[in-house]
Amino acid sequence: MDVRNFTYMVYGYSAAWLIIVGFVFLLVSRSRKIDGELKRLKSLVEDRESEPR
Amino acid sequence: MREKLILTLGSLGTVLMLWVIYRVFLGLPAEILQGDIYRIIFIHVPAAITAYCLYGVAVIASVGFLIKRNFVMDSLAVSCVEVAQVFTLVNLVTGSIWGRIIWGIWWTWDLRLTSQLMCFLLYLGYLLLRPAVSDPTQRGVMSAILAIFAAADIPLVVMAIRLKNVRTQHPQPVLETGGLDPSFVAPFVVSMVALMLIGTALVLIRLQQESTRREIDSLRRELHAV
Repeated sequence: MDVRNFTYMVYGYSAAWLIIVGFVFLLVSRSRKIDGELKRLKSLVEDRESEPR
Repeated sequence: MREKLILTLGSLGTVLMLWVIYRVFLGLPAEILQGDIYRIIFIHVPAAITAYCLYGVAVIASVGFLIKRNFVMDSLAVSCVEVAQVFTLVNLVTGSIWGRIIWGIWWTWDLRLTSQLMCFLLYLGYLLLRPAVSDPTQRGVMSAILAIFAAADIPLVVMAIRLKNVRTQHPQPVLETGGLDPSFVAPFVVSMVALMLIGTALVLIRLQQESTRREIDSLRRELHAV
């Protein structure tokens, strides 16, 4: 394989995959945060509804 | 059901992309003038096409929201825009790395590059605008109008290398002129399909998050009411 400009090609592919994988990690962490918030709010609503008025 | 679909699309896209990488790195020879750097085309162009398709879906969903005021349409629009931004960034970064070798510079204010950067910045504005508006209907309307307005830049990006009397450093179109070597076609098409599948999986994940967010908003309203 010709190695002319090979390094920059590797930089290009690495950058592309870093951006995509970084976004996937961002989505996963955001999902966890949102799910945690949903659980917290659901239990809060249940607690409020079970309180005697 | 949705989780299975996301997993299937994501896995299929990744497997196809691994095949593309294998084919591009080991199956194709280096180009006479550019050496190995030309191989960037197999991610640079498919990323741009995937992004434009997603912006297109976002525009249709935005029009749908303006007509029907259905918040699922608004969620679809924002999900598509966010994922499209990722692919636009991939396109800009890989293009810049290619330009560093072929042109000797990272960036030039050429019509194609500038209009693509404008597209990225306009939709970045769209994403930054949304959290600033608290009322969901107002947020949806303003976002939809901005999404439609920003899409006007996309034909300019596409036509930038096709317009007469416009001098551009960017390579001329090869897809429709048949300038692509026959051995490039399969990895190019498969790369495009792979990125579309990965993009769809990411949009579905974002849609799920948006639906959870709407549930959170309604629970918050319920809490205030109790």
